[in-house]
Formats: sequence, C-alpha cells, structure tokens
Amino acid sequence: MLTHFYVVLAFLLFSIGVMGVLTRRNALVLLLCIELMMSAGILLLVVFSKMHLTHANSFSGAQASQGQIFALFAIMAAAVIGITGIAVIFAFFRKTRSVDINFLNRLKN
Amino acid sequence: MNAIIISGVWGVAMMLGGVLFRRSHTTVFIAIAGMILLLAGNLMEFFSTPLFSFDGFEMLKVSSFGLHFNTIAFFGTLLIFLLNGKDIETLGNHSAEYFSLIFFSLCGVSVATSYNTLLTLFLGIELMVVPLYFLVGSDNRNLKGIEASLKMFLTGAFFSAIILMGIALIYGGNSLGSMYITFISLGKVDVNPMIMTGMVLLLAGMAFKVSAAPFHFWAPDVYDGTPTVVSSFLSAVVQVGAFIAFYKLFSTTFGQIKPQWQTLLVTVAVLSMVIGNVTAIFQQSIKRMLAYAVIAQSGFLLLGLISFSDVGREGVVLFIGSYALGMIGMFAVISRLPDYTIDGFSGLGKLNPGVALFTSIFLLSLTGIPLTAGFLGKLYLLLGLAAGQGWGWLIIIASISMAVSAVYYFRIIRAMYFREPVHPVEGVPEMRVSFRWLLGIIAAILILLGLVPDILTSWIYY
Repeated sequence: MLTHFYVVLAFLLFSIGVMGVLTRRNALVLLLCIELMMSAGILLLVVFSKMHLTHANSFSGAQASQGQIFALFAIMAAAVIGITGIAVIFAFFRKTRSVDINFLNRLKN
Repeated sequence: MNAIIISGVWGVAMMLGGVLFRRSHTTVFIAIAGMILLLAGNLMEFFSTPLFSFDGFEMLKVSSFGLHFNTIAFFGTLLIFLLNGKDIETLGNHSAEYFSLIFFSLCGVSVATSYNTLLTLFLGIELMVVPLYFLVGSDNRNLKGIEASLKMFLTGAFFSAIILMGIALIYGGNSLGSMYITFISLGKVDVNPMIMTGMVLLLAGMAFKVSAAPFHFWAPDVYDGTPTVVSSFLSAVVQVGAFIAFYKLFSTTFGQIKPQWQTLLVTVAVLSMVIGNVTAIFQQSIKRMLAYAVIAQSGFLLLGLISFSDVGREGVVLFIGSYALGMIGMFAVISRLPDYTIDGFSGLGKLNPGVALFTSIFLLSLTGIPLTAGFLGKLYLLLGLAAGQGWGWLIIIASISMAVSAVYYFRIIRAMYFREPVHPVEGVPEMRVSFRWLLGIIAAILILLGLVPDILTSWIYY
C-alpha cells in the first residue's frame, strides 16, 4: 500500500485547516476548518493502522487495529466538537447578529 | 473506575432529574450529596477495592497517583458547591444542568488522571473541556460570557485538533503499532522524526490546556468573562486534571527522551512565569489578575515536570493542593464582592474582619510565604530542581517571579486593611455564617498543610 500518498493528503488537509483558522474571520468557516484538521488526524490514524497491519510481524494484528478503533472515537469527538461549536456560535449570533470573530476583540476592553 | 462511573451516572441523573426539581434548592443538595458520594467512592478505591471493574483491555489503568489527584479535584469541587452552590443554581434558567455539566467534566478529569492509552488521553481531555464551553457561556444574559465561550471554543477546538494530529503521528512512528503509552518505541538510535513531531504538537496542545505561556491568550478573557463560579472551577479543578494528564505522559512515556523536550518545556515554564507575573501587575480587574496568576502558577508547576525526583513529585502534589484551595477561596470571596476591581476589596478589613483575615491567608499561600502550604509546595518544587544539575538560573528566575507575584497579591491585602470602604455598607452583599466558616476551614487547611505537609504528600507512596 502506498502510505505516502495518504500521508501527503492528510498533511494537505491539515495545512488547509490551519491556514483557514489563521486567516478567515467567520466563526462558521473557522469551525469547518477545525473539522478539516480533525479529519486529517483521523485519516492519518486509519492509514497508519493499515500500515502497521501490513507490516505486522512482531506484534499481533489486533494491536495494530487500535488505530481504527481510535478513528471511530475520534470521529465521535469531532462530531461532539462540531455540535458544541454550532451551539456556541448560535448563542453568539443571537446576541450580536453576526458570526464575525472580530467582535471578540472587544472583550479586552 | 469508581469515580468515572459515579460521576457519569450522577451527571445523567441530574440532567434528567432537572425536569422534576426546576428552580428549587433541592438541586444544590442533590449535587452536594453526589459530590460526597463521589469523594467517598474515590477514597474507597484508594484504600481498598473498587466497586466497579470491567475489562477494558487496560485502556484505563487506575493508579494511586491518579486517585490522589482525583481526591484533590473532587474535594475542591465539593468546596465550590458548598461555597457557591447558589451561584451555580442561578447561572441561567436550568439549574440542574449546570451541576450535571460539572459532573461530566469531573468524569473527564478522572479519565485524564487514569488513562493508559493515547486514545483515553484524548477522550479524557475532550470530556473534561467540552462541558466547559457550555458552562463558560451559561449566563446568556451577559454578552461577555458568550464571547468568552466562543473564544474558548475556537481556540480549544483548534488545539484539540492539534493534539489529535500529534497522537496520530506518534502512533504512526511507533514501530510497535500500539496506542498504549507503555508500548511506545521511541526509535533505536535517534528518536523517530514522526514521534518527535507528534510529541511537539502534543506538548503544544497540552500546554494550551494548562494555559501555559505562549498559548495563554485565551485564559484572561475567559476567566474575566465567565461567572465567578466557573472561573473558580476552571482554575482549580480543570487545571489539575489537565496538568496531571500532561505530567503522566511526559514523566513515563517521554521520560526516556527528556533531553529532546526539556528545552521546549523550560522555555514554556519561564515564559509562563515571566509573562503571567509581569502582566498581572497591570490588571484592573481582580478576576483578570487572578487569570494571569493562574498562568504564572502553571509555569511554576511545570518545574515539577522538568525535575524528575521524588521531592519534585511531592512538590507537585502540595503545590496543586495549596493552589487549588487558595484559588477556590479567592474566587469565592470575589463572588460576594460588589465589584471586581480593587475597590471591591477596599475596607474589607473593617467591614468583615474575619473574611479579610482568611483572604489574607489565601493570598499569602498563593504568594508562597512561610508557614503556609503554598510556601512548602514552591520550596519542594525548587528543591527538586536543585537536586539536578545546572538548574541554578532557573531557580533564580522562579524565585524572582515569586517575589514579583507578591506585588499584586499584597496590593489586595493593602486595599483590605489600609483603605476606606468605597462602596456604601448597604451595597456590600452579606456573607452568611456558614460561608465564613467554610472560608475559615480552607484557611485552616492551608496553614495545617504548611506545618505538616506529610498528611497530603505521604499518600503518593501509598
């Protein structure tokens, strides 16, 4: 299996996510970018699990499939974070009628 | 395992039971009963056998070290409930839900202190912080609280994604193909670059969760914007859970490659102490000031991770205990004050001599004045460093930062005793007798620990 391609893809996804978080000002887009970063992590977990499985000589296959179990839990965690984010952004929108995070700078004063 | 199950079940029960006892004082009593049960269950597991046990392939491995910190966290939460239970109840419209969120967060703390795989580490940290995003924004009449919630959420989720990426890289680089923290092969001659990258990402994420310096930017706004009870919970309990997760990972798994991360961690610790203490001096709001104090304290706590010694471990225990109690006491007093600037404290020595005395003891302990627990905690951490080689300059920086912290802590003591009350006496909310007694008990514990530290530290060898 060509692990490299998947790893490159995951790093691309992660970089897009980080760039989005750093440059965009819309809270919903930020949430999407964070989800993209989490997806990159999940993809890597599955890929590495498969890689460990194909090279399974010094350890059992059951141990190497832990990455896939983790991927399932991480998908759940990403969903929880997404739902939390929607709720928090919704509460924010109801107060300010905006999802622009430039509003957040007012907190400093 | 007791703590995880009891807190989870109690949280669900309170959430569903919230329909039955809406807006009544029963919620506080039920929450306090649950907290006592949780504490008792945890102590029972510490001293004898657990009530529940299940074979989770040892993904969670309960150790006496973790249980010890659970006890500190649960005792702190019990104190918060007893002191500020009414404030939690009146955060918003749904009194029972806030308690159940706190119970879920405590469940996360107990997972984070007893994890044995990277998976349970990630889940524990998530379980610990996700309820907090709601708690921080729970006062929905207050825009500042919601802004703080959004800010904490966006930064927290970003760093959660970074932690996940770090874990994935460590898993990929581990030639044993295992998630267990005891089965991580770090590489034969050099450290595997993939593990190295993952570890740096994990370090950044964990440093964010304990609000250490380059990643501290969220803390002041969040502590300032949320209701005071939530700041108290955040500073005392969540910090403990996150730090123990950090400590456990870097003292066991990555302990073998200490030279690789030592420089990074020393940088983080020094930056935290310097930035936290220096910025705290210039704050008007006391809550903001205490937030910077939390940053400085977490920098100090990281010194325990840099020194690998038994004295350092004792220092970590004692420091966490004293600092959690001191912060809980301080935030409890602040929650009863007419305003959050230094004026709120003015003349407290005349209006309420008892509370002023107890507040002074909390502040002395947080500064690290002898005869208080805070002093011994800091002393043990520094002694742990002194046992190693070449940490003289770090000890000097830590001591100077301790001296600097006295500037802003003592400003409050001065305001309490040497300034006239700014607010009219009628404007000052009354403090009930039980509230004052509890503050007195916290102060007594702080002094007792300062005289006989063994009652807390000897249990880590149990």
